[in-house]
Amino acid sequence: MKYLSEFREANLIRGVLEQIHQISTQHWVIMEICGGQTHSIMRYGLDQLLPQNIELVHGPGCPVCVTSIELIDKAIAIAALPGVIFTSYGDMLRVPGSHNDLYSIRANGGDIRVIYSPLDAVRIARENPDKQIVFFAIGFETTVPANITSVLLAKSLGLSNYSILVSQVRVPPAMHAILNSPNNRVQGFLAAGHVCSVMGYWEYLPIAEKYHIPIVVTGFEPLDILNGIRMVVEQLENRTYKVENAYSRLVTEQGNIAAQSTIENMLEECDRKWRGIGLISLSGWRLKDEFAEFDAERRFSVESITPEESPVCIAGLILQGIKKPHECPAFASMCTPEHPLGATMVSSEGACSAYYKYGRKAMAI
Amino acid sequence: MCLGVPGKITEIYEHNGFLMGKIDINGVNREVCLAYVPEAKVGEYAVIHVGFALNLLSEDEALETLRLLREIAETEP
Repeated sequence: MKYLSEFREANLIRGVLEQIHQISTQHWVIMEICGGQTHSIMRYGLDQLLPQNIELVHGPGCPVCVTSIELIDKAIAIAALPGVIFTSYGDMLRVPGSHNDLYSIRANGGDIRVIYSPLDAVRIARENPDKQIVFFAIGFETTVPANITSVLLAKSLGLSNYSILVSQVRVPPAMHAILNSPNNRVQGFLAAGHVCSVMGYWEYLPIAEKYHIPIVVTGFEPLDILNGIRMVVEQLENRTYKVENAYSRLVTEQGNIAAQSTIENMLEECDRKWRGIGLISLSGWRLKDEFAEFDAERRFSVESITPEESPVCIAGLILQGIKKPHECPAFASMCTPEHPLGATMVSSEGACSAYYKYGRKAMAI
Repeated sequence: MCLGVPGKITEIYEHNGFLMGKIDINGVNREVCLAYVPEAKVGEYAVIHVGFALNLLSEDEALETLRLLREIAETEP
């Protein structure tokens, strides 16, 4: 068992697709929450293999895309301070702030380093005791245990030159926001498998119940995604509204208890602004007071900038499943991965970047 | 961002008070933090995300899913 090739087997994919064609009798709108799933769908062309009446819309599950412009501006301001080494996951460097991006700070001499793991940031802090090391801790529930464990490690090593700029967001409040919107079109969800590997899916039971909406925890391989879609369609056709698990090799209802208890010990819920969407109450996490010394927002006072968004970018509507990337007037003309107007064109998980990369440019999907 | 890759745990040890290990991802060996899978054993598979094991993979569950999918794929329309 390699846990990869088995879930890409063409014969099984054909069979599951056939079943979806068989059971679907009407138009259904299904949202995959996670940007990683959006890219799998485009990469394997799954959207083009589905029956025409199954419409996939792409959710807000891309932390690079939803990190607020205020926090990006703050990151840029901190990274430009003398004596700071700013560390980040790669995609964040190209995300446009109000006036520039992190790359432009680096081009002007700022010490900005792309890291693979938050533990690399702690290593950099150890190696540079005379510098302040700041890590841009972005992410959904999947990434939060890794991000905050870097603080535990820094603490246990007695490092006083390490802090994190926290932009942690949570999926369930975003689902409520999407479903409460008067423009909502979503009738079923593919829940993000890796988010659920940490959090389980107990949080989704009241959502399915309240909004009468099927939710299926789904993995990332083509067979996983098609099976998730099949299970959602089956529920929609049968008028059932349950939470089901199509990724049981990794996800359990209760999730990873050890990770959840670290989250509980170190973080508290807070309101967060989502780029393009706006404020969603209690949709984020921040460090508790006892970890205040590791909170870059409290360590560095930087002047707040009045944020300015591109007036043409419709990323917010795309992230809520209301519009598709090719419906944006700037798509693939004024806005490209080389010159992005919005974060959804930057991130390797953004819906606009997926449409651009896999050639969904002008066709109606 | 939430991408994860499956890998096979080849070594488990402690470093700076944290449970760490080596993991084989398609022939490439990496160091990963195993703090959130304290029950992990050498030879088991986990999904790795930004240098951390998210959770262990269950072979029984994977085989069961594949068995069900085979059944579905073979169902005559």
